[in-house]
Amino acid sequence: MLKQLRAALVVLAALTVLTGVIYPGVVTAIAQLAFRHQANGSMIYVGGKAVGSDLIGQSFSKPEYFWGRLSATSPFPYNADASTGSNYGPLNPALKKAAESRIAELRQSGVRDARPPVDLVTASASGLDPHISVAAAKYQVTRVARARIMSEATVRRLVDQCAEGPQLGLFGEPRVNVLRLNLALNQLQAQTAK
Amino acid sequence: MTAHGFMQIGLYLAALLGCVKPLGIYMARVYSGRGPLKRFVEPLERLLFRCGGIDREREMSWRQYAAALLMFSFVGFLAVYGLQRLQAVLPLNPEALPAVSPDSSFNTAVSFVTNTNWQGYAGETTMSYLTQMLGLTVQNFVSAAAGMAVLVALIRGFTRRHSPTIGNFWVDLVRGTLHILLPLSLVLAIVLVSQGVVQTFSRYREATLLEPSVNAAGKTVTTQGMAVGPAASQVAIKQLGTNGGGFFNVNSAHPFENPTPLSNFLEMLAILLIPAALCYTFGEMVGDRRQGWALLAAMSVIFLAMLAVSCYSEQRGNPALARLGVDQTASRQQSGGNMEGKEVRFGIVNSAIWSVATTAASNGSVNSMHDSYMPLGGLASMWLMQLGEVIFGGVGSGLYGMLVFAVVAVFIAGLMVGRTPEYLGKKIGAFEMKMAALAILLPCAMVLLGTASAVSAQSGREGIFNPGPHGFSEVLYAFSSTANNNGSAFAGLAANTPFYNGLLGLAMLVGRFLVMLPVLAIAGSLAAKKIVPQGPGTLPTHTPLFVVLLVAVVIVIGALSFFPALALGPIVEHFMLAAH
Repeated sequence: MLKQLRAALVVLAALTVLTGVIYPGVVTAIAQLAFRHQANGSMIYVGGKAVGSDLIGQSFSKPEYFWGRLSATSPFPYNADASTGSNYGPLNPALKKAAESRIAELRQSGVRDARPPVDLVTASASGLDPHISVAAAKYQVTRVARARIMSEATVRRLVDQCAEGPQLGLFGEPRVNVLRLNLALNQLQAQTAK
Repeated sequence: MTAHGFMQIGLYLAALLGCVKPLGIYMARVYSGRGPLKRFVEPLERLLFRCGGIDREREMSWRQYAAALLMFSFVGFLAVYGLQRLQAVLPLNPEALPAVSPDSSFNTAVSFVTNTNWQGYAGETTMSYLTQMLGLTVQNFVSAAAGMAVLVALIRGFTRRHSPTIGNFWVDLVRGTLHILLPLSLVLAIVLVSQGVVQTFSRYREATLLEPSVNAAGKTVTTQGMAVGPAASQVAIKQLGTNGGGFFNVNSAHPFENPTPLSNFLEMLAILLIPAALCYTFGEMVGDRRQGWALLAAMSVIFLAMLAVSCYSEQRGNPALARLGVDQTASRQQSGGNMEGKEVRFGIVNSAIWSVATTAASNGSVNSMHDSYMPLGGLASMWLMQLGEVIFGGVGSGLYGMLVFAVVAVFIAGLMVGRTPEYLGKKIGAFEMKMAALAILLPCAMVLLGTASAVSAQSGREGIFNPGPHGFSEVLYAFSSTANNNGSAFAGLAANTPFYNGLLGLAMLVGRFLVMLPVLAIAGSLAAKKIVPQGPGTLPTHTPLFVVLLVAVVIVIGALSFFPALALGPIVEHFMLAAH
């Protein structure tokens, strides 16, 4: 019994050093040397100031910005210190209510007739989804163009530029990074204003 | 579903099958003491065994093997429990997180030692970097290696004759960790970092929001904090070792844990990689590869059926939203379908593959919220766990579970033709059948009794989040997950309470050790038997006929045990939705 205990303690201690200290240490060292940007959160800097991460969405509600997915994080949407999904079941009345009020907001400020794409009226799994579908971006073009007094064609072209296809042509779904798109919009407008 | 969707499923299955043979051969060599990395690892192993007073050459009886396993698990439990309780005064805690509560610490320690990785807590707001590394990452490795060790011991039971021993637990454990899990994790972790999975010891990041937002208290929020940490190293092993405990609360739905479709593909591949390849290892070690392929075929049949159910139900979307005029059609511009609780970069197909893979294997990581799945999509996941985690299952534990079902299948076939059942040349006697029955029925009983007690108790019902039958599904899912050591959740259930932490902790212990012990007993009993030569009356166990029989046994036991409970949850919800 004591022999087994000694063996257990030694094996656990040794494997703790190997897999709990050396392994994460080596991965961190390689990551910080070879992939510094990614390992530290893929941050976006504008004029030396961190304005977000390429991978983490932000909340947008003004008409001149493209809006992202609904976010269930608290105490405010897109709180990247505490990720969470809504966990609404498909028949939960709260799910329907959230979608209805989102649809009302979308209709109020934009196109009335088109059917809203599903990702625009549902909450993401993480509450931090940085993307919307290309369909969801196109759906908002009219509103954004009107609010910014830009031509729809210009805004649409920008959406096309920001749209990402499947990675390596194989994996994933068509999508647009909302923060990147909004930053590009701001930049484009600042340039034209000059 | 679009052609692109079908292509992604095909690609996944092709990549998985392509890895089965090379990795299977590699693992067979490792467990026979002929691992290609021997030259580098052996000096380390020698040193370790000398310090621990372990004689590598000395083999153990099944009782000694079990005692070593239990002792190791218990010491591991104490370490994880202690780290959580003391993290506030320990280093590497840049966010100054307080000690974890006793009941939550108990639950989490049990969870990681049993390779369940059920998470009652939210990673980024609960665990210090030190706890994540020294406690959780370490158990991710060793609990997986322990499962593989028990499988290898069972295989020895089949291959040896008149042997009183089934191997040395310490040797099997260390070999699995150092030769298999560690090298694979190292490679995967670095590829994941290149995709954007964070790996740093620094404090949480902060950025200025483009558009200020308003919080629940009506205050303006101008900055966004971002939890980071040494995630990639932990994510790699949690996928490979069928662990599934996420670094962050939302697991692999979090963009820092699973940032791109490519990272998603690799993490998804890692879920089934070792469990699938172990089938080949099994065939190699018993000297008849067809036996391994037959088991893999049986697993794949059920896997593909459930994948079809999940894809169909999620892609069809939610009729409640369709009635509001929402566009849920799949096209070149959107994946459509039921997107509640899913991420745009993964869409429907990659979420559905993951949800089925993670519950077929006892992985339990998620890249979408299972609680928000359509009733049939949720049912597919729940039922895969209720089958006893044998459709791929946990690393090691899935295959030894499936071998127990194979023993039952040959027994039933033996009854039908009136012959003594045998499997791989070993006669299956009353003792083996008793142990097999225990290994199958104890987790089933735990699921049903646990669910029944939770919905009967006030403190159990208080945790339910969704109204109606879906609320019952949350509880049923929790016990199906924990008693079969999966770890995924219908996460609406508020399970971080003393009631659930205690009861679900018990379920995890039952699901792990009350299956492992009968399996080791079978291993010991078989090893002591002679090997009978195949005769004309022997039931061949590598044929399509046997695959059908095995699938039928797994499904019948799973269906009979759980149909009444499922009828109260997802099935009734499905009909409510149709009538809605």
